[in-house]
Amino acid sequence: MASVEELKRIASQVRRDIIRMVNGANSGHPGGSLGCTEYMVALYFNQMKHNSNFTMDGIGEDIFFLSNGHICPVWYSVLAHSGYFQPAELGTFRKLNSRVQGHPATAEHLPGIRSAAGSLGQGMSVAIGAALAKKLNKDNSIVYTLHGDGEFQEGQIWEALMFAPHHKVDNLICTIDYNNKQIDGDVDKVLSHRNLKAKLTEFGWDVLEVLDGNDMAAVDAALTDAQSRTGKGIPVFIMMHTVMGKGVDFMENHHQWHGVAPNAEQTAAALAQLPETLGDYKV
Amino acid sequence: MALQDYVTTGKKDTRSGFGDGILELGRTNPNVVALCADLAGSLKLDAFIKEFPERYVQVGIAEANMMGIAAGLTVGGKIPFATTFANFATGRVYDQIRQSIAYSHKNVKIAASHAGVTLGEDGATHQILEDLGLMQMLPGMVVINPCDYNQTKAATLAVAEYVGPVYLRFGRPVWPIFMPEGKFEIGKAILMNEGKDVTIFATGHLVWKSLEAARQLEAEGVSVELINIHTIKPLDEEAILRSVAKTRCMVVAEEHNRIGGLGSSISTLLAHHTPVPLEQVAVNDSFGESGTPDQLMKKYGLDTINVYEAAKKVIGRKN
Repeated sequence: MASVEELKRIASQVRRDIIRMVNGANSGHPGGSLGCTEYMVALYFNQMKHNSNFTMDGIGEDIFFLSNGHICPVWYSVLAHSGYFQPAELGTFRKLNSRVQGHPATAEHLPGIRSAAGSLGQGMSVAIGAALAKKLNKDNSIVYTLHGDGEFQEGQIWEALMFAPHHKVDNLICTIDYNNKQIDGDVDKVLSHRNLKAKLTEFGWDVLEVLDGNDMAAVDAALTDAQSRTGKGIPVFIMMHTVMGKGVDFMENHHQWHGVAPNAEQTAAALAQLPETLGDYKV
Repeated sequence: MALQDYVTTGKKDTRSGFGDGILELGRTNPNVVALCADLAGSLKLDAFIKEFPERYVQVGIAEANMMGIAAGLTVGGKIPFATTFANFATGRVYDQIRQSIAYSHKNVKIAASHAGVTLGEDGATHQILEDLGLMQMLPGMVVINPCDYNQTKAATLAVAEYVGPVYLRFGRPVWPIFMPEGKFEIGKAILMNEGKDVTIFATGHLVWKSLEAARQLEAEGVSVELINIHTIKPLDEEAILRSVAKTRCMVVAEEHNRIGGLGSSISTLLAHHTPVPLEQVAVNDSFGESGTPDQLMKKYGLDTINVYEAAKKVIGRKN
């Protein structure tokens, strides 16, 4: 068990990696990556039973699918620091002949990735399939997904939301990064979910809410709580309110940082706010 | 074998070949799982569902979700058959197939029934004539279009052994059974009759029409090479090139748009090697309409007479 303080130290390094990767590629998606750092760190360093000696089938392990693939910088950093591959490889993000693609992919065989993601709305369906396979295999481990809130405008998400409770997929914990930001502005203004919690509950999910998804202790506790709710015939959903761009003051709460890379000056300003705790990857 | 060896032993729909194939797979391969989007009866899954209810997933009318769930099932080592009508198994879910199945190289078998105009009375909304093109454009996708009950059943068994994404296309109407039972070899064309004047490459329901046409032509003294191309991708290039090197002209017959299907693939292949005259028996870049399968085959130029006339015409185009 990692302490909350240890998790916070890791999160600071992960945030540095995100900024450096996106700056190094001169493209990518820092906003959502920074906002989901606490979740990803708590998941990989404290909650999931997983093996960095990667196998595609993940039998006997908890497995994770990122559905909003564009926030892969945070995933790549967490995978590298978990031992799936060398952190130095993060420096190849979005570059030619890299395994660290602009959106997650399996074609280059980067350890830790089980499905391509990027075209939105597909990850929950894939995770449901993996969860059904675990049931058929009598494998009691859990399948996790992370989604963007803008992504919940995709129709396929609602097909999956209807399916999982109907078929009692209770080895599944889906989380939404609820920062109310998408490319063109606030989710509420672009296309509102209205009362998402009520909708999810009515669809038949067991819904818990994390009011501050950037509070490491709160996120970690929510994941523990969510695990305790699995295996009861009902899929589990975490509504996780976060701040886009969290940890870098000039990025926080600005949808403009969804998919824009910081320049050299902005990168220096960002890194000055984020202590180097595990050592920066070498370029 | 030669034309006279293909004896019609009865009539059945090709989708029943799939249904009987997957039932056999259920008994022999515990990893085989069937999914369906509210068309289980049409896909002939009833016997499988009855015998293996725990390995059947009723997805409801949600094909995008079905393709994703199928992809996820492969992660845990399952061999999912995602089944629905060809229209809903391809065009409706192209992006899901592209990202979650083909690009992710998942071992999903897409089993697509009711392809082409022989779906009949439901009309053009349901009669996809573009699916072979859509599927063969996807890198790594194997595309198979068997011609009768026996070949569809054998193909169903074969695709479960193959590791990787497969599009298996079959149809609705009752159709003559004329292929011998036996093992299906993915990517290996079947030489049904040797000849020297013209090669007819046929796939799916058009193999039967081409067999009938070849018999008429042979009776008139035309020497016809008939080749059954059940695997659209990977194409058996060697068999195709070997045949046209001899006959120097060809007919390609398929229940598909003339653009993007087998005719397009073979003509591209030949253009890269030794161009020879080609006549296509295919739908001329249009949608279908309501009618009986027989009426539609006639109206859209997919009948025995069309293969026969195409062969005569293309022989006349040889220098």
